[in-house]
Parts: sequence; structure tokens; C-alpha cells
Amino acid sequence: MNADIAKTHVFKQTGEASVSPILAPRLKEKAIELLLLAAALMSVAITAGIVGVLVYESAAFFRQVPLWDFVTDPQWTPLFSEPHYGILSLVSGTLVTTVVALLVAIPAGSLIAIYLSEYAPRSIREAIKPALELLSAVPTVVYGYFALLFVTPALQAILPDLPGFNMLSAGLVIGLMIVPYVSSVSEDAMRAVPVSLREGAYALGATRMQTALRVVFPSALSGIAAAYVLGVSRAIGETMVVVIAAGMQPTLTWNPLEPAATMTAYIVQVSLGDLPHGSIGYRTIFATGLTLLLMTLLFNIAGHVLRKRYRQVY
Amino acid sequence: MSYGNVTDKSIDSSGRTAARKRMDRLFAVLGLLSLFSALMALAVLLGQLAFDGADRLSWQFMLSYPSRFADQAGILTAWIGTALVMLLTALTAVPLGVGAALYLEEYARRNLVTDIIEINIANLAGVPSIVYGLMALGLLVYGCRLGQSFLTAGLTLAMLILPIVIIATREAVRAVPPQIREAAYALGATKWQTVKDHAIPYSMGGILTGMILALSRAVGETAPLITVGALSFIAFLPHPPWGPDFPFLSLQWIFDPFTVMPIQMFNWVSRPQEAFHVNAAAAGLVLLIMTLAMNALAIAVRARYRKRIHW
Amino acid sequence: MTVSAETGTVLKAEAKQLSFFYGTAQALKNISLGIPDRCATALIGPSGCGKTTYLRCLNRMHDLYPGNRYEGELWLYPEQINLVSPHVDPIEIRMRIGMVFQKPNPFPKTIYENVAYGLRIRGSHGREDLDQAVERALRDAALWSEVKDRLQDQAFNLSGGQQQRLCIARALATGPEILLFDEPTSALDPTATARIEELVTALKQKVTIVIVTHNMQQAARVSDYTAFMYEGRLVECDRTERIFTNPSTKLTEEYVTGRFG
Repeated sequence: MNADIAKTHVFKQTGEASVSPILAPRLKEKAIELLLLAAALMSVAITAGIVGVLVYESAAFFRQVPLWDFVTDPQWTPLFSEPHYGILSLVSGTLVTTVVALLVAIPAGSLIAIYLSEYAPRSIREAIKPALELLSAVPTVVYGYFALLFVTPALQAILPDLPGFNMLSAGLVIGLMIVPYVSSVSEDAMRAVPVSLREGAYALGATRMQTALRVVFPSALSGIAAAYVLGVSRAIGETMVVVIAAGMQPTLTWNPLEPAATMTAYIVQVSLGDLPHGSIGYRTIFATGLTLLLMTLLFNIAGHVLRKRYRQVY
Repeated sequence: MSYGNVTDKSIDSSGRTAARKRMDRLFAVLGLLSLFSALMALAVLLGQLAFDGADRLSWQFMLSYPSRFADQAGILTAWIGTALVMLLTALTAVPLGVGAALYLEEYARRNLVTDIIEINIANLAGVPSIVYGLMALGLLVYGCRLGQSFLTAGLTLAMLILPIVIIATREAVRAVPPQIREAAYALGATKWQTVKDHAIPYSMGGILTGMILALSRAVGETAPLITVGALSFIAFLPHPPWGPDFPFLSLQWIFDPFTVMPIQMFNWVSRPQEAFHVNAAAAGLVLLIMTLAMNALAIAVRARYRKRIHW
Repeated sequence: MTVSAETGTVLKAEAKQLSFFYGTAQALKNISLGIPDRCATALIGPSGCGKTTYLRCLNRMHDLYPGNRYEGELWLYPEQINLVSPHVDPIEIRMRIGMVFQKPNPFPKTIYENVAYGLRIRGSHGREDLDQAVERALRDAALWSEVKDRLQDQAFNLSGGQQQRLCIARALATGPEILLFDEPTSALDPTATARIEELVTALKQKVTIVIVTHNMQQAARVSDYTAFMYEGRLVECDRTERIFTNPSTKLTEEYVTGRFG
């Protein structure tokens, strides 16, 4: 049979029998796909919105305030008659509370992860994990209440000079709050380490601790790094706990026993007031927000690099 | 080698083994201790809140407007506000999030656009919540002139939880085995028929769970709503969602100023007077019960669906 | 009517110089193979020989995954439609050519809904029509007597063999012209396998059957024609008894006598 003749023949056939009736459903299928694509692109639009707004308002801010002053001036007093715009005062507050939080969350989260992944029997693990997840379900404003009205008074019993607002108490509570983030992501990473690797260590006579520390932990390092980065970005971005418990006074200090505002606390403080749209005071919060976003981004990129570097292929 | 030699050696190493075993046990104890401390802290937090606030809880507290007098103040506008904001958030975030997830799992081909969307979602999940508030302030409050309204609040939180809804839905949809999709296609189903008749219904448990958990996160969010200008003192209710004329629905309320539970609590906790702290604790208790109830609901939904479908 | 030159039978489908590529890897090389109408044709050969790939060309399942490419022609008779032409809608094809998979894959719905699904997506919604069609399909799949009292039960509660017969009923309900079987018994026990084989033998009166199997006894038991494939090529195709008793190539003989594969 001649193939060319056959082909034309088919075209006639399908042209009459099937192409026109399938055109309508085809259009519907295409329309639905486009609709779903539009939904997926919304997330890109949100990112564009975030970057766009922050950059636009910050650009207006930096036309009035030199970038050099922004990063070197030791004072942050935008609302005074003689304003200073030194972001360092806010960055120090953010870094101190974050470091305090990590000093709690990383050791506790890692130990809990090792315990749950290497020691705990299945039944205990299944019972404990939802309870730990509850820690991350509690609203942050409730944590703020806890920091101000329970942790600070409790710390004052040990440190009588501790002021009512201080970064220590806020940092400790943020640490508690991010323990489940650190522990659950690290545990997932450690449990993904193949049993054969552990058996290799046990066969050489290693204890569970040795196996956990020398075999499982290093093998899971890439996932654990991801957990730590997640914890860091949570701590940097945390707002309500510091607003309520650490005070609203921008101060360039590295002492956790003092009160100081973080970047997030400053944004809230300004939002609670009534600054006119478009004023320099209004724009400060966007410049602060952009700095905050860049810091989280920086840690995320660092985490990404770490993860790549320590990625294990089983 | 003689027998005795071996015995000597094993005695020798058993001393070291004992030490190693002690270390091993110590390590387990440290892990348990951390776990116990974290859970104890949670218990103390809950206990403290209940201790401070439980006495204040009453119908009067639930049904009163905020007030200058701590003992007359209530959370009526706050919980109604939370309910209405959540409604708007769910109505926006769920269709968008599920749609995006279905696109990525069922439709997307491997190309640059898909890669951009994927990387973008992963990064959005790590953006601090207050940054969403700043974006909404610039884009919704002033850019779109929506003002400090329920609509602004609902959309802000919807954007915030969108990545959570997308990630949860993708995971749920991915759990439907490809053989099921092939069975549908082999019967002549189109892509959308396969998605709506199979992929969605069989992953409903996971989608619902993710949605509830995302909303429970949104219920407690405070910072972004302060940024867009939530009022903490609202002594009136929004316009009713019904109207006198056909179709008897009114959307006027979405442009009313709003407050929500966590904002009310924050307002009270940041006042110096002790009596308002009691109100804060009581509001915190209600808020906590709301979030915990949503978490419990999510667990129940998951368990129910897991029983029904097992691949 | 299209008649095979070699065997003199009426053909339902015919591949002419059909090649298939997964990305750059060529899985089928110039296959020319006729599928006789209302007969059972078995495709045999060692794993990776392309028999399942060929089967999935017939209902364009490869279109579901990106990067796949057909070359050559695959005709459906009597209308002479080139199944692998890009102008032919794969969904139209799948409406007319049913498939049963390696592992039973019922939908997690009721028994009734599983069988009715194919009809529902074709737009039939009348309760009575559906009831009748479901009953007919279940009878044809020899499952009716076992499930008639529990049509609203979940399909997952059936045994593996019953699930596979349910999948056959699901495919039969829409009256396909060809039914493709992809190693349908490889996940089943011997008793269930025997029932499926009986069913295939009975069904070939009504519908053209193509069955991929790695089990040569099965091919010998159920099929009228057998095609032996090796490394993406068709080695030979003939009446089943000839392939198993007097094959024309050395390779076929070695395979059917179990010397490799």
C-alpha cells in the first residue's frame, strides 16, 4: 500500500469523524491548564511584589539618607528632631536575640533529634512528635506573653538587676519556639541515613552514641544544616516575642541583659503609630524590612552552599 | 594464640566497654532531658496562661466589646474578626494553592518557568512574616487602595500561607500512585478528568490537613496584620454579610476596619496594668484553644482518610 | 478489509516500519506487525525487548510522558487511522482501545463506580443504562456472580484476582475494539491466573486481544498468533503452534525452548 495515499485518506476520515467534536473539550482542557498555571505564577507575583515594594520604598529612602550613614551611624532615631539612621542599632538587637535563641535551640534540637532517631522506640517517637509539634503551633503572641510575664520574672529571681524588658528572656523563648523546627528536620535527615551504614558501625562494636555521632550525624549533615538554617531564619524574622519582651528602644548593644529593639520590633513600633504615607519615617520601615530580607536570604544561601557541600549520596 | 590470652584481652576491653556504655547511657539521658525540658516549658506555658486567664473566661468576656475598663472588656470584635479574616484567607489561599500544586504536579513540564516557580515557592516559605506585612502595606493598603480592611488582612494572610498550602497539596497529590492515573487515561479520560476524578479526591485527606494546618498558622499571625494597620480598639461590629435586597448578600463588611484575636491579646499584654494582663491571658487561652482545636482537627482528618485509602 | 499477506487473516491493526524512542534511546526498531481481528496475539521476548513498549504504542500511553517519539505508521483498521500520527487525538484512540495493566489498579471507589467510570466520562449518566452496562461488563469479565450483591463495596476489598477481573470489566464496559493486556497475571497466584486465561480465551470471540507475557506456556495456552521480539526488533510472527513447534529462526527456537530469557 502506498503510504502517502493512506495518509490523505486518514485525514479525511479523522477530519470528519473526530476533529470537530474534540475541539470543544480540547479548548476547555487548555483553559484549565492556563488557569492552573496562573495560580502557580501567583507565587512568583508575590515575590515580585515583595521585592518591588521593598526596593521601591527603600530607593526613595536612600535618596534622602546616604547608604554609608545607614550602615555606620551608631544611632537609630528616625523620629527625633535631629534624626539618625544607623541600622546597626537594630541589627545588633536582632543578632543578640538570634544568638541566644540558637544557643537554646541548636543543642536542644539536635539532642532531641538524635534521641528520637537513634534511641527512642517507635511507640515513644510516635507519641512525642505531635507533642513537640505543638510547640510550633502556639501563636507567637502567646510566647511573647510567656516571655514577659513568666520568663523575665523567673530570671529576675536569679539576676535581680535584669530590667523588665531584656533580650535574654526574648531570645530564650524564641529558642524554645524553634526547637521543633530544628529537631524535626534534623531527625528526618538522620532517619534518611541508610540502616546499612549504622549496621556497619555496630558491627565494628560501636555504641549507639558513637554510631550517632561519628556515622549518622556526619552523614546527615546536609539535612541538619538545612534544619539549622531554618531555625536561624525563624529567629531573625520573629517579631511578637521581641516586641513584647525585649523592648522598643533601639540601642547599639551586644549585651543580652539589656533591652533593645530588633529590626522587626522597630517595624511594628512604627506601624502602631500613625506616620503619614510617603514620609521618611514611613520609608524607614521598608529600608529595615529590606535589610531583614537580605539577612534571611544571606543565611539561606549559606545554608544552600553548606547543603551542597555536605550532600551525601547513598 | 593461647586461650588464656584471649580471655585476658576480653577482660581488659570489658572495662572500656563499661565506660563506653556509661557514656552511651549519659547521651540518651541528655537527649531525654532536652526533650523533657522542652515539653515541660510547653506545659508551664499552658499552665501559666490557664492559671492567669481561666477565671476571666465567661460568656460576658466572649460577648463584650473592648473597653477602657479591664473588667468590662471582651473579645467579641476580635473573634468575629478572626473568623471573617480566616474566611477570606481560606477562600483565596486554598484555590490558588491547590491550583498551583496541581499545575506543578500534574501539568508542568521540566522547563525554566517550572524551575523558577519551584525555587520561588521554596524561598517564599522562608520569608519572615512581617515582610509580607510590609508588602501588603505598600501594595494593598496604598497601591490598590484597599485600606486597612478585612480584605487587606485576608489577602495578606493568604499570601503568607500560600507556600504552606502548595507544599502540603503537592505532597498529598504525589502520594496518588501513577498506575491510578494510567488506568484513567487508558479509559480515555482527559488530563483534567483524571485530575478532578482521581488525583484530587484521593488526596483530599492530605489537602484538607494541609489547609487546616496552614489556617491554624494564620490564626496566630500578628505582626503582618499590625503592619497593615489592624486596629486594636474596635468597639463596633462590621457590616452584616447579608443585605435587604436580592441576592440578600452584602460584601460591604470586607472594607470595614478589622481586628483579630492575637492583636487584641497583644494590645492588652502591652499595657502596664495587671488587670489587662489577665484579659490578655484569657484571650490567649481562647486563641490557643482555637489553634489547638484546628491541629486536633487536622490529625483527625488525616487519620480518617488514611483509614479509607491505603495504596 | 485489510488482509495480511503472510497469514491470510483479516487485520485489526498493523504496524509498518514502526520505531519508538524514549528520548534518544530507540526502544522499537522498524517493527512491521499485523494484529489479526478477533484473535488473541501474544507478544513474547526477554525483558527489555520492547513488547510492552509496542503495546503502549497501540493506545498512545507514551504520550503521557515527555520526550517520547514515534516514527513510522501504526494503522487501525478498517478505517485506516494512523494511530501514531500527531494529528490523531490520543484520547480518541484510548476511547476505542482498552488496556489491562500488570498489577491490578482499581480506583479506590466502589466496584460499581470502577466499572461505570469509562461510561461516565463518555457522557452517559442514565441510571438504567449504566446499571445494564455495568452488569454486562461484569458478566463478560466472569465476576458478576461474585460481586452482584456488593456492588457498592470498595474495590480494594476484593482479592487480587478479583481486582484484575474488575479491571478487565472496567475496560470492557466501554466496548473497546482492541483490548491490550500487559502481563496481566504476573502479580497473581496460579488459580487466579487460570481464571484470567479462561477469560481471555472467551473474550477473543468479541474483541481483538493483544497480550504481553513473559510466560511462554501462557502464550501457548491463550493466543492464536505469537510475535517474538528481541532487542527492539520483531524476530518473527506466526500462528502460535508454529512458533512453539517449528519456528523459522534459531533465535526464536532458543527462546521458546528456554535456553535464554
